[in-house]
Order: sequence, then C-alpha cells, then structure tokens
Amino acid sequence: MKARVFITLKKGVLDPQGKAIHHALEGLGFSGVNDVRAGKLIELDLAEGTSDADIEDMCCKLLANTVIENFRVERLETA
Amino acid sequence: MKSAVVVFPGSNCDRDLAVALEQITGRKANMVWHKEPELPEGTDFIGIPGGFSYGDYLRSGAMAARSPVMRAVKDAAARGVPVIGICNGFQVLTEAGLLPGALMRNARLSFVCREVPLRVENSQSLFTANYETGETVTFPVAHHDGNYQADPETLDRLEDEGRVAFRYLEDCNGSARAIAGILNDTGNVLGLMPHPERVVEPAHGGTDGRRLFEGLLETVNA
Repeated sequence: MKARVFITLKKGVLDPQGKAIHHALEGLGFSGVNDVRAGKLIELDLAEGTSDADIEDMCCKLLANTVIENFRVERLETA
Repeated sequence: MKSAVVVFPGSNCDRDLAVALEQITGRKANMVWHKEPELPEGTDFIGIPGGFSYGDYLRSGAMAARSPVMRAVKDAAARGVPVIGICNGFQVLTEAGLLPGALMRNARLSFVCREVPLRVENSQSLFTANYETGETVTFPVAHHDGNYQADPETLDRLEDEGRVAFRYLEDCNGSARAIAGILNDTGNVLGLMPHPERVVEPAHGGTDGRRLFEGLLETVNA
C-alpha cells in the first residue's frame, strides 16, 4: 500500500524559496503567476493494514514540523 | 563542571565546543555519540554543537532531534541540567520540542558567515550572568537556516518572560523580532544561532563568548 504525504508551509509563514521561484518565473517571462509556495512530497510504501492514525502519527512525530507546516495524506490504490 | 558534548553524524563544531569547554572549565568534555541511550554519570552541562547533522535532511535538526541520546538530554533538561544548543544545536533543540518555534531558511536564501553584533537582552540567566543587560557583544554566525519564527503569542510570551537572551543588532537572517537566542521556560536551556565557542581566546579575534561559559561554570560550581 502506498501513501503520499504533502507537506506545505502554513499560511502566513514566509517562504523565501517560493518567492525566489516566483521571481525566476517572472524572469522567464511568465507574467500570470500571483504567488508561489514550495513544499515537499514524501512517498511511503507501507505494510497492508497501516492505519490512517499510524500515518498521522508519523507526520506529527517526524515528517512535518507542525509549528510551521501543514500536512495532507493521500492513500494510493496498489496497482 | 562535567560537560558532555553530543556528536551527531555531520556535527562539525563539536571539537570547537569541547576545546572551549576544556580551556574554561579545566576538564575534558565527554564526547557522546548520538546512539548512546545515556549520558555519562554526573553530567552537569550538555552542549549540542553546530554542524549539519544528517546533512540537514528533511529539516535542519529533524533527524538528530529523534536520535536515542536526545531522550537522555530531555530527561536531564527536565531535571534542570543546563543545556546549550549552538547553531545546528539550536535547530535540534527546537525540533526536539525543548525550545519553542522553528528555524527556517534565511530570508534572503543565502548562507551567512560573518561576525554579527548582538545585544544581551537578559543577564539574569545561567548563561548570561557575566554580561550586562543591554551590552553589545560580537559573535560569529555561519548558517543557512537561522531565521527564527514562532507565532505572535509565543513571541510575546518569550519577550514578556525575559526569555529572549540575545538579539541581532543588524539584519542577519530575517528572524522574527531579530531574535538570535532564546531560553526555555525554566531558564536552563539556551539555543542560539551565533557561535560563542568561536570567540573565547584572543587568537580567535575576540573573546566575547568566553564569559558565557565562565558565567555558567561559576553558577554550576556554586
């Protein structure tokens, strides 16, 4: 079973990396970009039966720093 | 004073800290590998050094904060043992939940490596007893992720409780309220981005950091 964890900076937290990407996009001539926020994607390959609560626990204890980051978990159907 | 310096894979200021401690306390520091579940018996000071533990993977300090030795550090801190986290050590202490807030990428994205003037905001702590409140000291900084951030309530609480130990006197990394170093609520844990251990003898170009360790030694031995 696979799951994806999307980690994003909380609203209002300054994202200098996102700002730099935004600036670079503008430099390339892309004018319609209002804002850029950069985050992380972590893919987990998990044993069958791993519960949502287990994954949430992993996020809170290590994968995300909940002082500054939010996380969202997406379970993927095994192909 | 019996010091322990924790060493993670990727620590690179552990020796600097150990040399400073030996010179000032007259006693060799115990170097404690991150896999150790216990600190040496009788440890009465713990240093978490600078560096790039675990290559800064995931987030600076994130992996180190979950290593076995950190459980022993947390227990010791809860018993009142003084703990200092310098640079990466500060990042480790916030990730471990021993200090509030987080250290993010520098606001201008560049690595800063220079000497920075700081104001001592509180000379009543274990670590700052040999400084005057309001005094200016100069410590070197060398970091990429030193931008201290916390929610406004936490920042207000730190200010109100006198837990901002050091503040940058010039823009360094974008830290909220120019915070360079903070104390925990019981005053025995200090985290700071600048490096006091790199300014302890005249050959370093300055000795402003020396009084931090001397003050601590006097308090611990008192």
